[in-house]
Amino acid sequence: MQALTNRVKVVERKPMSLWERLYIPAILKGMAITFSHIFKKKPTINYPEKKRPFSPVFRGLQILNRDEEGRENCTACGLCAVACPAEAITMEAAERAPGEEHLYREEKYAAKYEINMLRCIFCGLCEEACPKDAIYLSETFTPADYQRKQFIYNKTDLLIPHPQEDPEAYKKALGNRAKNQTVN
Amino acid sequence: MLLVIDWAMILEKFVLITVVVMASLGIAMYTTFAERKVAAILQDRRGPNRAGPFGLLQPLADGLKLFFKEEIIPNFSSKSLFILGPGLAMLTAIMTSAVIPWGDKVHFFNRDISLQIADINIGILYVFGVVSLGVYGIMIGSWASNNKFSLLGGLRAASQIISYELAMGISLIALLMVTGTLSLKEMVLQQQQGGWGGLLSWNVLKQPLGFFIFIICSFAECNRTPFDLPEAENELIGGYHTEYSSMKLGFYLFAEYINMFISSVIMATLFFGGYDMPFVNEANLSPNIAALVGIIALMAKVVFFIFVFMWVRWTIPRFRYDQLMHLGWRILIPLALFNMLVTGGLILYFNK
Repeated sequence: MQALTNRVKVVERKPMSLWERLYIPAILKGMAITFSHIFKKKPTINYPEKKRPFSPVFRGLQILNRDEEGRENCTACGLCAVACPAEAITMEAAERAPGEEHLYREEKYAAKYEINMLRCIFCGLCEEACPKDAIYLSETFTPADYQRKQFIYNKTDLLIPHPQEDPEAYKKALGNRAKNQTVN
Repeated sequence: MLLVIDWAMILEKFVLITVVVMASLGIAMYTTFAERKVAAILQDRRGPNRAGPFGLLQPLADGLKLFFKEEIIPNFSSKSLFILGPGLAMLTAIMTSAVIPWGDKVHFFNRDISLQIADINIGILYVFGVVSLGVYGIMIGSWASNNKFSLLGGLRAASQIISYELAMGISLIALLMVTGTLSLKEMVLQQQQGGWGGLLSWNVLKQPLGFFIFIICSFAECNRTPFDLPEAENELIGGYHTEYSSMKLGFYLFAEYINMFISSVIMATLFFGGYDMPFVNEANLSPNIAALVGIIALMAKVVFFIFVFMWVRWTIPRFRYDQLMHLGWRILIPLALFNMLVTGGLILYFNK
């Protein structure tokens, strides 16, 4: 039969020669191969001590953003919850009372905002849907836990630290992911 | 008085036995660690490195885990035999160490203490006798489990060990014809004196084929890959220790590693000069230093052989059962017989 490609390898099925039937040379060859692996570089990374850098498009844990005065961006419009294919996001809206202007940027805010991290598929559609840059995906991932309850993240888990009260933690949580803060 | 009890001698032997047993247990423990580490390194992995520095406490953690596991004795098992099995395996594994010369002698409290528990003149025959008993531990345990997979594993172990013991024995006969003695101590003394720092008188140079047969047979006797058919996981679940749990399982696993250690010691003693350090004249050193040098030399050889055991295990796949029997009966035994005849012929020719 004519070969279609030049990659064909014909298997030889002739009986083994005496040298091959001794097996010992083949075994020694195999042992030399395994021995050479002692000196090979190990691909494993010692995880908790050493971390592999994430790719720049890695989509991790969600963060609820604040503007530079420390006011929450989220207006509880619900677009993220609608966009979410896994239906992981729930929220309750509330109206901003007089005197709360330093807490919420606009007249409406999310009184309750929960993401179920067991449902979340980290697709990033919430980030794309958000018109206020209130939610974005960070470079960390959800830590393991012993209880399912702990995986329902509420506002205290998700909100970014206050930029004026705790600027260092804010900087750290912000990373280099969030879009320009001053955009309305 | 015909029967004077030498209390000092009894005490000395007691201490020696304790030290040797404890040392073999400790070495077997760390052999399990070495096995996992060597396996990892040969497969480009890192191996256990979480418990303690470099994972050195891993064997302790494994042992503790085995102790804390639930002890299950199946209802349908034969209870006394079920308990006897692992005990016997462990006992025979440790008993072999009695005749091995661990070093020449040390000088303490104005006494010369021989570093050999019993220098009996049939040393190597004793080793063979006890090693053959080792199969009872496996057979009794597997039969008492009342489980067909266990029984199959036990049967395989028994037939395999008996088959390979023949070739091993015949290969040893050739060695005994060369050395002319059965005492292990005597053999080491013979190998100490010779050209090129004593290296030329090592028995491996006189009996290369015999050593080759011996090492293959000791792989088979220790149930190590490529001869680990008694515990072939993918065919027999766990083989003869399927029904065992907790420390009884630990005893079986431990006995395997002690066997490995002991057979490494025996190979080193028979073929590689035992406690003889090449290029060092032990007679020039003070006896205690000489004994220390001897023990270090023996342990270095043993570590090398244990590494070879593991190296082979992580290289060669398991034999099929008929291949195993074919190798044992139709290749190794004729080869050993041939070796014996050639050795005998050469001895007759040169002694003429």
